[in-house]
Amino acid sequence: MSGSLEAVRPAGPLQGLRTWWTMLKICLEERLVYRGDFALGTLMRFLPIVTQVFLWTAVFGATSRGDIAGYTRNDIVAYYLLTMLTRAFSSMPGLAGGIARSVRDGSVKKFLIQPVDYVSFLLAARVAHKLVYYAVAAIPFALVFFLCRSYFPPVPDATTIAAFLLSLALSFLLGFFMEVTLGMLGFWFMEVSSIVFGYMLVQYLLSGHMFPIDLLKGTPTGIAGVSLADVVHWLPFEYTAYFSSAVWLGKVKGAQLVSSLAIEAGWVVVMAVACRVAWWRGTRRYSAFGG
Amino acid sequence: MARYFTIFLTFARACLVRDMTFRANFILECLTSLGWMSMNLAFYLLVFTFTSEIGKGTGWSKEPFFAFVATGLIINSVVQAFFMPSAEELTEMVRTGGLDAVLVQPLDAQFLLSMHRVDFSALANGAVGVGLLAWAMSRMDYTPPAVAWLLYPLLLLCGVAILYGLVIMLAAATILMGRNQSLYDFWFYLTNFSRYPAEIYSGPWGGPLRMICTFVIPILLVVNVPARVIAQPFTGESWGSVAAAVIAAVVALVVSRVVFQRALSRYRSASS
Repeated sequence: MSGSLEAVRPAGPLQGLRTWWTMLKICLEERLVYRGDFALGTLMRFLPIVTQVFLWTAVFGATSRGDIAGYTRNDIVAYYLLTMLTRAFSSMPGLAGGIARSVRDGSVKKFLIQPVDYVSFLLAARVAHKLVYYAVAAIPFALVFFLCRSYFPPVPDATTIAAFLLSLALSFLLGFFMEVTLGMLGFWFMEVSSIVFGYMLVQYLLSGHMFPIDLLKGTPTGIAGVSLADVVHWLPFEYTAYFSSAVWLGKVKGAQLVSSLAIEAGWVVVMAVACRVAWWRGTRRYSAFGG
Repeated sequence: MARYFTIFLTFARACLVRDMTFRANFILECLTSLGWMSMNLAFYLLVFTFTSEIGKGTGWSKEPFFAFVATGLIINSVVQAFFMPSAEELTEMVRTGGLDAVLVQPLDAQFLLSMHRVDFSALANGAVGVGLLAWAMSRMDYTPPAVAWLLYPLLLLCGVAILYGLVIMLAAATILMGRNQSLYDFWFYLTNFSRYPAEIYSGPWGGPLRMICTFVIPILLVVNVPARVIAQPFTGESWGSVAAAVIAAVVALVVSRVVFQRALSRYRSASS
C-alpha cells in the first residue's frame, strides 16, 4: 500500500506546482459554465447598496451634523462601495457548507487516499472562483465606481494603496481559512448549517458590512474607556470588510495602520493553523463505510 | 374553494408534523431568523442615535419608523412562511423534471407549486413584528382613527398579495429559463427596496426609482401604505394610496396568474 502511494506522490516542487495548476484550470472551467448567471448575480449585489445610499442621504438630510463618527455622506457612500470590493475578496459563499457536506456524504474520503492536499485543493478552487468572479465582475464594478466617483476622496498616496492591496490579499486568506475551519467542524457535528448561519450573523454585524465600525465608538462595553469598536478591533471580523475600506478612505493611518495590518496577518496565521489542526484531528476520528 | 382550503390545511399539518419531529432544528431556525431580525433592529437603533428622523420633515421618527419596520416584518413573515419555501423548490423541480408529477395531479398547478410547503419558523419574525408594532404604537403621540385600524389588516393582505404576485412571476421565469438562481436573489434584492419609507427615494435618481417601484413593480406599496395608515396622520389623501394598494394587489394577482399559465403551457419535461 505504501509503495503504491509512493508511486503517485508528487516528485518535487515542480510536480506540486503542476498539480496545483491543473486543479486551478479544472475549477476555472467549472466556474465559467454558468457565467451568465454569475454576471447577473454580480450586478444585483449592488442593489442593497442603493437603498443604503438613500437611507444615509435621508439620515444626513434630517440632521444638522456635517459628519457622523467622522464620515460625511460621501464617505458613507464610498465606504459601502468599497466594502463591496473588500467582500469580493473575503466572502467565501458555500465553502464551509460544502466541506461539511463532503464529510457527511463521504466524498471527502478521496482526499484521504489521493496525493492531493484537501486544503490546497479548496484554495485552488477558491482562487479560481475569485479569478472568474473578478473577470466577470470587473465591468459592473468599474461602471458603478465610475458613476459614483464624485463620492470618493482623492486617490490616496502609494503607501496607502500598497497597504490597501495588502489588506485585501490578507482578507482573502482570512476569509478562506475562517470558513474552512468552520467547515471542518463537520467532522464533529455533521450538520454545520446553523453554526455557519450564526457565524454569518456575527460576521455581517461586526465586519463592517452593515455600517462602518467607527459608528460603534460611542457604544459602551461596561469597561471604562473601552468602546465596542475597540473590542471589535481585536476580533478577526472587521478585517474582512471594514478595514480595507477604512484604509482607502484614510480613516486608519500611521502606526494604527501598521498595528492593524499586523493583527490581520496574525489572525490569518491563527486561522490557517486552526484549519490544519481541525483537518488533522477530524480525519483521525472520521470513518466511512461502503463504496 | 373549500376543497383547496382543506388540502392546504393538510399540507400545513404535514409540514407542522415534520417541523415538530425535528423540534430542535425548528427552534434553531426560529432563533436564527430572530437573530437576523434583531441585528437589523440594532442597526436601526444605532441610526437613531445620530438622527431624530429618517428624512427631514418626513414624520418617520423613531416610533413611527419602528411601526413601519414591524409592518414589514409581519408581511414578509407571511410570504416567507407560506409561499417562498414552495417557490424555492421550483428551480430544482423544473431542472430535474419533478414538475411533471405536479402537472398530472387533478389540482391547480399554481396552487400546488406555490403552497405545498409551509415554513412555520418564518412566522417567528411575524410574532415579533406584532409585539414591535404594539410597542411602537403605545409610545407614539398620535392615535390612529378606527378606520385606519380597520384598513390595516386589509392593506397587510394587499402587501402579501403583491409579493405573492412577484413570487409567481419569478416562478414563471424559472419555468421558461430552466435555471435562474439569480432571479430568486433578484427577489431578495428587489424586496430590499420596500424595507424603507418611500420618502427616502428622492432627488434626480431617487424620484424615478420611486416612480418605478410604485407604478411598474409596486414594491413600495407593500409596506409603505399599511404602515403610513397607522403611523402617519390619516388624511383624505390616504384614501388615494389605499386605493392604489388594492388595485396593485388585484393586478399583481391577475397578471401573475396569466404569466404563470403561459409559462406552464411552454414547459417541456426534462425527465424521460
